[in-house]
Amino acid sequence: MRAANYEAPRSVEDAVALLVTSQGRGHVFAGGTDLLVSLQNGRVEAELLVDVKRIERMMRIEHTDGVFRIGAAMCAARLAEHAELQSAWPGIVEAAELIGSTQIQGRASLGGNLCNASPAADSVPALLAAAARCVVAGPDGEREVPVQEIPIGPGKTSLRPGEIIVEFLVPDPQPRSADAYLRMIPRSEMDIAIVGAAANISLDGDGRCTAARVFLAAVAPTVCEVPAAAEALVGRAIDVSVLAEVAEAARAASSPIDDHRGTVAYRTRVAGVLAGRATAIARDRALARG
Amino acid sequence: MAMRHVSTTINSEPAEFLCEPGATLLEVLRDQLGLTGTKEGCSTGDCGACSVLLDGRVICSCLVLAAEVEGAVVETIEGLAPAGTLHPLQQQFLVDAALQCGICTPGILIAAKALLDRNPNPSETEVRFWLAGNLCRCTGYDKIVRAVMQTAAEMAQHAEPEGARP
Repeated sequence: MRAANYEAPRSVEDAVALLVTSQGRGHVFAGGTDLLVSLQNGRVEAELLVDVKRIERMMRIEHTDGVFRIGAAMCAARLAEHAELQSAWPGIVEAAELIGSTQIQGRASLGGNLCNASPAADSVPALLAAAARCVVAGPDGEREVPVQEIPIGPGKTSLRPGEIIVEFLVPDPQPRSADAYLRMIPRSEMDIAIVGAAANISLDGDGRCTAARVFLAAVAPTVCEVPAAAEALVGRAIDVSVLAEVAEAARAASSPIDDHRGTVAYRTRVAGVLAGRATAIARDRALARG
Repeated sequence: MAMRHVSTTINSEPAEFLCEPGATLLEVLRDQLGLTGTKEGCSTGDCGACSVLLDGRVICSCLVLAAEVEGAVVETIEGLAPAGTLHPLQQQFLVDAALQCGICTPGILIAAKALLDRNPNPSETEVRFWLAGNLCRCTGYDKIVRAVMQTAAEMAQHAEPEGARP
């Protein structure tokens, strides 16, 4: 038996109320691509599944007043279908498009990817590189939180009982800025990251970096920021030697584990390679934005 | 545990059933509705054998709860061919022998149909990546990919208006 009860509320308030009355034995159910597997194999037990996919605010994407508001339960495939988001934040979109398979992308959500809190989650580094925020609803109302504050460990978030991530807020990119996400997996598709790297780069009129954010997946218990990469980049033209410093910074920031997908040594080395390449791609995209 | 009553549309026909809250769409399709064309390969969303279209999107029915499809539109492999006529994909799979044991085939056909519905002229790379969630143990994928590409080419030819070709 996977779940004793299933409800599909139509509002955030109703969803929060259901979670509160379930007293910790209820679970938010969006795409279900992690949750249903965990219920099947007993890793998670749920008395109540709160299906949030009938809550319009959590399933839509809007671009107004310079902000993309992305419903936390919306499937990843719809990110790619949103031309404005694809144009503004190609790194976020390409990250979401790497999650699982076509079938998984038809269900998996940014909210689920974040709250499942795998260190290898693909969408998280790209969202953090964009300095995304999220709206969290709970028994005490709504609050806006940097996405960076949500994952606190493998499988663990900072969300309090009864809280749901409702939507993600991604601002329009700065002028002459662009992002990118790259991932290394054992197979050519449909696998979990050995390393993921996101970069968001801003340039001035002379092509010098004015701001940078670099994040890594799968090389630490949670997504990993690389502030030393940003320090190496800001104020400089991003040439081969600067990219080498970015790679070194990424290697230094990584603290991966050995597992069947990769060794510490391999992951550390690949973290450097991908951080450098993602930075170069973001730089080229930013240059193209003139 | 309360059974749930679900009204939905399956292969263009209204359908109703009772299900447990935790029952998956795959379980209900096969065990209650007798639609056994959709296959169970892994029940973890990894193999794609259970692929169906839900509101036009290809998904794994093992990861959808039957209770969710209230008011939705479901298309399974049984609905691919209107009575008496194979879908061009099915026809091409036969001509090109793009199956052996056939267990992956319903899922592959559903996923391929979803691709061609969106992208009538996919490249080989696009076909391979789109079908990455559908595992086949028998064919090595080559004939499958060729059959999908050939179907796309032939559907494009038939879609050309009269006199468009020299």
